[in-house]
Amino acid sequence: MKSLLRLLPYLKRYKKTLALGFFAIVVSNVFWLVTPFIVGKSVDTLKSNFDSGKLFQYGALVTGSMLLSGYFSYLTRQTIIVISRKIEFDLRNDFISHIQKLPLQHFQNTPTGDLMSYATNDLNAIRNVLGPGIMYTSDTITGFLMIISMMLSLDWKLTMFTLIPLPLISFAVYALGKKVHHLFDEVQEHYSKLTTRVQESLSGIRVVRGFVREEYEKNLFNKMSWEYLEKNMKLARVQSWMWPLMFMLTGISIVIVILFGGKNVIAGTMSLGTMTQFIMYLGMLIWPMIAFGWVVNIFQRGAASMMRFCKVLDTVPGIRNEELGMKNEENKLRLANYELRFEGSIEFRNVSFTHNNKTESVLKNINLKIEKGTTLAIVGRTGCGKTTLVNQIPRLYDVNEGEILIDGNNVKEIPLEILRRNIAVVPQETFLFSSTVKKNITFGVDGSSMEEVVRVAEISRIAKDVEDFPNKYETLVGERGITLSGGQKQRTSIARALMTNPKILILDDALSAVDTHTEEEILQGLKTFMKERTSIIISHRISTVKDADMIIVLDDGEIAEQGTHDELILLEGIYAELNEKQMLEKELEAI
Amino acid sequence: MQDEEILGKAYDARLMKRLLQYVKPYRKWVYFAIALNVIIAGLGPVRPYLTKIAIDDYILKHDASGLLWISLSLFGVLVFQAIVQYLNTYFTSWIGQRTIYDMRVEIFSHLQKLSLRFFDKTPIGRLVTRVTNDVETLNELFSSGIVMVFSDVFIIIWIVVFMFSMDVNLSLVTLSILPLLVILTAWFRKGARDAYREVRIQLARINTFVQEHITGMNVVQIFHREEKEFEKFKSINEAHTQAHIRSVFFYAVFYPGVELISAIAIGLIIWYGGGEVIQKTISLGVLISFIQYTEMFFRPIRDLSEKYNIMQAAMASSERIFKLLDDETIIHDSKERGVRSLEKRSDGEVEYGRSGDDEKGTIEFRNVWFRYDDESGRNAKGKMQKEKSNGKSLDGVYPVHGTRDDGNGELPQPPTSNLQPSDEWILKNVSFTIEQGTTTAFVGATGAGKSTIANLLLHFYEIQRGEIFVDGIDIRLIPQQELRKRFAVVLQDVFLFSGDVKTNITLGNEKYSLEEIQRAAKTVGADSFIEKLPKQYDEEVKERGATLSVGQKQLLAFARALVTNPEILILDEATSSVDTETEQLIQQAITVLLKDRTSIVIAHRLSTIQHADKIIVLHKGEIREQGNHQELLSLGGIYFKLYQLQFKGQEISSVAS
Repeated sequence: MKSLLRLLPYLKRYKKTLALGFFAIVVSNVFWLVTPFIVGKSVDTLKSNFDSGKLFQYGALVTGSMLLSGYFSYLTRQTIIVISRKIEFDLRNDFISHIQKLPLQHFQNTPTGDLMSYATNDLNAIRNVLGPGIMYTSDTITGFLMIISMMLSLDWKLTMFTLIPLPLISFAVYALGKKVHHLFDEVQEHYSKLTTRVQESLSGIRVVRGFVREEYEKNLFNKMSWEYLEKNMKLARVQSWMWPLMFMLTGISIVIVILFGGKNVIAGTMSLGTMTQFIMYLGMLIWPMIAFGWVVNIFQRGAASMMRFCKVLDTVPGIRNEELGMKNEENKLRLANYELRFEGSIEFRNVSFTHNNKTESVLKNINLKIEKGTTLAIVGRTGCGKTTLVNQIPRLYDVNEGEILIDGNNVKEIPLEILRRNIAVVPQETFLFSSTVKKNITFGVDGSSMEEVVRVAEISRIAKDVEDFPNKYETLVGERGITLSGGQKQRTSIARALMTNPKILILDDALSAVDTHTEEEILQGLKTFMKERTSIIISHRISTVKDADMIIVLDDGEIAEQGTHDELILLEGIYAELNEKQMLEKELEAI
Repeated sequence: MQDEEILGKAYDARLMKRLLQYVKPYRKWVYFAIALNVIIAGLGPVRPYLTKIAIDDYILKHDASGLLWISLSLFGVLVFQAIVQYLNTYFTSWIGQRTIYDMRVEIFSHLQKLSLRFFDKTPIGRLVTRVTNDVETLNELFSSGIVMVFSDVFIIIWIVVFMFSMDVNLSLVTLSILPLLVILTAWFRKGARDAYREVRIQLARINTFVQEHITGMNVVQIFHREEKEFEKFKSINEAHTQAHIRSVFFYAVFYPGVELISAIAIGLIIWYGGGEVIQKTISLGVLISFIQYTEMFFRPIRDLSEKYNIMQAAMASSERIFKLLDDETIIHDSKERGVRSLEKRSDGEVEYGRSGDDEKGTIEFRNVWFRYDDESGRNAKGKMQKEKSNGKSLDGVYPVHGTRDDGNGELPQPPTSNLQPSDEWILKNVSFTIEQGTTTAFVGATGAGKSTIANLLLHFYEIQRGEIFVDGIDIRLIPQQELRKRFAVVLQDVFLFSGDVKTNITLGNEKYSLEEIQRAAKTVGADSFIEKLPKQYDEEVKERGATLSVGQKQLLAFARALVTNPEILILDEATSSVDTETEQLIQQAITVLLKDRTSIVIAHRLSTIQHADKIIVLHKGEIREQGNHQELLSLGGIYFKLYQLQFKGQEISSVAS
């Protein structure tokens, strides 16, 4: 429950509306309670004197007070429920803006599904606390207190009698609730087991089919489903008592009123109208009773969800503008004007890197200098640390040891915005948004002319493909639009990077799905574009890297070989072997 | 994804009819539950009636002993009502649970029938949702939903009956508010539905945005678009909030609106009924009980929006479920049992594989063409069934058959006629034979079609053209399960189930004794690590075998294959590297597995190809070279190059170790 306290600052923003909401609840309840009062009055009127004018007045009063009660109840929803939606809006914004700041490792370690479920299911549970939770709690409490005090004021003795079942109700709700809670947990647990089983059985479908285990899988699943049914029925056996019990206990109160109240009426110590009023009040009490159990549930779920939600909000964004660089005025000034002088020479000084939950380092003591305007190529086996190496330049990861300098400035001291605006990365796994081709290409820039878009599309050799799309650059891609091939995606992704006019361009295995001929064309086009700019190309293909100014071979996190294509061939090491193999592959391909 | 966005109507007669089919087996229970509801509905109005008697006959007549008696009967009614209510809730849950159990089982079995083509194109997560969440959503409809409709109707009827039996005029006056109620309800239903639709659309937009920005977070950060994207998100989020706020309005008016109408009814009762009391046409008790009836009358109507939500969710879920159940991407077993294709006996039934041992354990591919992305595989099958079973066997059994076959059963043409030069045929006119008891290794570059051979042999996919024979029988004429029982497969990525070591070897088959399991494990050398585990064969295996090393998983997969003692073994060797010690264990295990058994190996190990009786070189979907290691090497062709590419390095490392 403590976790819900985190919602207080959000609620404070709407404290005026919230106060109005609470006020509306009280007023609405007051008018709600008028009906039994008037009914009681009219019964007494009817018994004692026959005044038909009064009757009309009473009828009108009932309707009128309910109209007012209704209006305030409307107001309650329009304030409290609306606030809950607004806070949901705020929370969702905070969530997104926060996760955008999280380092990429976080996304590698947290399944997308989890984050999605925080933003949807959990947020919904939290919203239920803020809306129905708060509304019904205050409604229940005020309603309950008012009814009881009305009853007490009418006849405290009879009230005491009628309230005898109340502790019983509370106890029954508590005892049953505890049992239900426990059984419900069991049901949930079994449900997740069932889910896992389905997941496994379908993921391993080839094994299941290959070994002809369909029947076994079916039987096992049926058995588990049956157990699930049994657990649910066990729950139902207990839970089904909830409502009848409450119903019976409140009914007993009414019987008590009729019996004892009736005796009083016979004895003349109580009017029939008061008794009627009592009966109506008790009818009104049923709702708060039901709502109570429900509200407790809402709060429990909300608290659990809030805890998960906060765990994300409390994750410290790993990478931010280092205060270090901003500390002294001199530095600040120097860096403020830095963007104009961003040239793009890169230096790695004794850089080592270890992923935060692992012990083995991915990069070991890397020293490397890349002059501005030159091209560096990196080759090496999968998992040798190529991507990690380049991702450190725009600070997608931060180095653990050593430093990376751009134009002699530590990247940690350069404002993140300036740093990333001048570096464009084409990541290994191409990701396009389900939006138009144009919007994808211009993703990284604010305003852009069509000429520019077409120009970069031509360099990245996607322009011709786009001309064949139904709506050219306005064609939707992704789920709702056309499906692009792997190569088309990569080329669009390159265009997106070029569009930002970067000083440093990093192609992380970004041509793997492009055929060799088109690759050649793209590399040619880039040559002119990348004059004066620094480029880093990661590739498995010798054909991609052979013309680079410098090639490094990474092996197990270390620079194993370094030099130009010709130099490395002469070395007869890893690179030469790779070259040989690819020549063979090429020959094979040609057969 | 689009499936998830089905907005759905709140009521769809077609879906409802189909859903009711699931309740049919339990209709006796449904009738029982409805009967209970009739009782409950009947008991409800009894209490106000008894209250009326208490007031009119006893309280007003000062009869204290009668009052006690009537109070006791009221109490009795209460207890009885509570018990019936309990039974009702319990039985309706039972109906709900039974129905969704049946549905779940049906979906799961259907999934077990669907062809791998289906699994290739459908994300597993979506299927899991169908079996779990979507079915769960229907629970409420099946349990309380259907019965509740009846109970509400009965409650209303009963109340009306009681009211009219007491006083017709007052009843008419009270019910004169009904038109107001109808108008309010209609207004609410329309408004809430439109608002809900808008909410769903906005929610889908938000979810898509969040999903995309989590998966594409690296792109957002690389381009430093956090703020811009956040602005975009805010506007989507805002639209979502606004949609909700609009829908709140309808609820905010509806609930108090119903209360107000009920208050009007009470007002009318006081005014008109009071008048009648004065004129002595009705008693005071009648008046009071009328007020109580009014409250009861409105309860079912107040719950309307809740029921509406249940219905809407149920319709959307069932639509998704039925769509899955209607998917007919199934490879059906031929009605005709396989006989020797060479003998093709038309007289009587010949159980396949029994008429001689000359072809047992042999495999033949004859002019096989195959591609993954083509629907026409099914057409090819359709054609075959027509030819071989006179086209009548499946009609009526599988109603979709006709639509599936709309390609007129025409076989796809070979690439030359209607496809680009860069066609996607995975296998092109592949023919080969494998003799009984021999080891055949398939080698080739990635994407040459090696794994496809294994997939086709197991009849996971239908081929577009050609024939595949096992034991001399066309595999399409062998029931799939019987075909696969002759094989054991070791896949490249070993898939382990959560459970224990033992069940991962037997895959839950209880016919294997622990001795057999241990023997299999020992033969492949898996025993050494298993026996070091705290609980040995009962040791828990986590999801996907998370606690085991790559090598250990491999050995388990070998044991799994060996324990079935298959006639034919298919081994897709893993490419992942393991330490030298494990590598030796694996090589030994492979030797044992292949010994005296018809085996097909998609080879990645030098030792395997060196020991193979025959090597088939696949290149770009075609068989280019065949022979043993030495023969092929001396040929100096594709194999020679492949050898240098894939296997030569292993020579060096094995010498080094």
